[in-house]
Amino acid sequence: MAIQTNVTLDAIGLACPMPIVKTKKAMNAMEPGQVLEVLATDKGSKADLQAWAASSGHQYIGIIEEGSVLKHYLRKSNGEEETEKKHPYVISNEELVEKLQDSSVIIVDVREAAEYAFTHIPGAVSIPIGDLEKEASSLNKEAEIYVVCRTGNRSDLAAQQLAKQGFQHVINVVPGMSQWTGATESL
Amino acid sequence: MTYQPMTAKEVTKKIFNKEPLFILDVRNTSDFEDWKVEGANFTHLNIPYFDLLDGVEEVLPKLPTDQDILVVCAKEGSSVMVADMLSEAERDVSYLQGGMKAWSEHLEPVRVGDLKDGGEIYQFVRIGKGCLSYMVISDGEAAVIDATRMTDVFLHFAKEKQATIKHVFDTHLHADHISGGRIIAKETGASYWLPPKDAAEVTFDYNKLEGGREVMIGSTAISIEALYSPGHTIGSTSFVVDNTYLLSGDILFIDSIGRPDLAGLADDWVGDLRETLYKRYRALSDELLVLPAHFMTVSELNEDGTVSEKLGKLFAENHGLNIKDEAVFRSVVSENLPPQPNAYQQIREVNMGKIIPDEEEQREMEIGPNRCAVR
Repeated sequence: MAIQTNVTLDAIGLACPMPIVKTKKAMNAMEPGQVLEVLATDKGSKADLQAWAASSGHQYIGIIEEGSVLKHYLRKSNGEEETEKKHPYVISNEELVEKLQDSSVIIVDVREAAEYAFTHIPGAVSIPIGDLEKEASSLNKEAEIYVVCRTGNRSDLAAQQLAKQGFQHVINVVPGMSQWTGATESL
Repeated sequence: MTYQPMTAKEVTKKIFNKEPLFILDVRNTSDFEDWKVEGANFTHLNIPYFDLLDGVEEVLPKLPTDQDILVVCAKEGSSVMVADMLSEAERDVSYLQGGMKAWSEHLEPVRVGDLKDGGEIYQFVRIGKGCLSYMVISDGEAAVIDATRMTDVFLHFAKEKQATIKHVFDTHLHADHISGGRIIAKETGASYWLPPKDAAEVTFDYNKLEGGREVMIGSTAISIEALYSPGHTIGSTSFVVDNTYLLSGDILFIDSIGRPDLAGLADDWVGDLRETLYKRYRALSDELLVLPAHFMTVSELNEDGTVSEKLGKLFAENHGLNIKDEAVFRSVVSENLPPQPNAYQQIREVNMGKIIPDEEEQREMEIGPNRCAVR
């Protein structure tokens, strides 16, 4: 699968601790919410990058192994866990699973394309929040639209934005993919 | 301040001598919790190196000033970085040369004792992983039992002792470490022996190690009797050397017994394991010195670094030999087992000759403790 990223870091051939030293430096130079691809050959980077991301608050999206090259994907923290949700219409993960029995549900996944690539709800449409304004026109303004992200915050902003653009029935899925136990698929 | 390397051999000496050592382990927490450098008087602090990239100030107050400090990581690189930062902060520290990789591979030969006709028996303590190999030397000839893949150590040792390795044995098909037996046999022209019941799928030629056989080492009357003792694997075999030493393989350890599930058939082999431990071993002399293929914790090490105990004492003290009720025994050895050794299925395949990974892959497979026992 092709993964869209903002920055790629080449740490091929570097031994521990350099892959993480360089990752930290690269992250510092990035904007919150952006996605970093780290190419590494040090097998220790598998466990260490995940543990480092957890301790530093960044999101470890996933890994693809291509021969001896490990391709890690991380998303820079944007402090989204702290923001307050404002969109009035919400649905829980469990309620959405029930709704999915009914095939006509429209789900818009507003996470970054790299996050969507690793795992998403079957049938969900990928529109990263940064592209929402220009791509919203492809959606039906009268339809019920469920907006999902990782923790319910980006989807909250997205739902407010869609409502402002005149969408009638926009519902935020809370908390979203971080706790999702229903069916998933990947690219 | 400066920082300097400490070798695995130096750390091993500290373990044998029960010296204190403060270990700052900078690997990630899950690796640290899985497996670490342990000694009776070692204390540990685990802070991953990636939490120290901005500085070591937070660690400084946690480091003792009255004992040696050793920084440990997986392969040395991160521990050198942290040791360097600590020395900049005016602290005197060492780092583990080669990291846990070298620690996993270090073998310490220790003399166990004499043989009646002038020979000697040595135990090779793989201190980091808890594996024990043996060399029996008599009159210029040697036998190696349960050799690890660090074959050079055995070859050099035999050369130093001016002995020719004639026979190489594996007590069973190992699941926790890669055997060096076939390579040693090939390099020296020795015979390689393996129990045929464990060798059904092997891709190489071997001599059949079966109950009741005797193999001569040297011209003096030293015999190795193979005692068929299934349980850990169906073919597991024990040796009685010189009527004095019982090499118990992975059947009986000092403070635990062999787990029967690593070749996939726990239920079938529980009965064999009990039969071996409670009947066949009972028939042997209490005076035999048990020399197992593993230890689980450093508390099992004797003063001189050997791992051994009289069979009679184990019958009195080893919990696994004192479970009267067969149903209780069955549940102890087949339920709530510890996690299986890292990559044990692959390791079995390597030992069968089915796959031939390169050295780096072999190292990766062997990461972690042996986990061959149940208590």
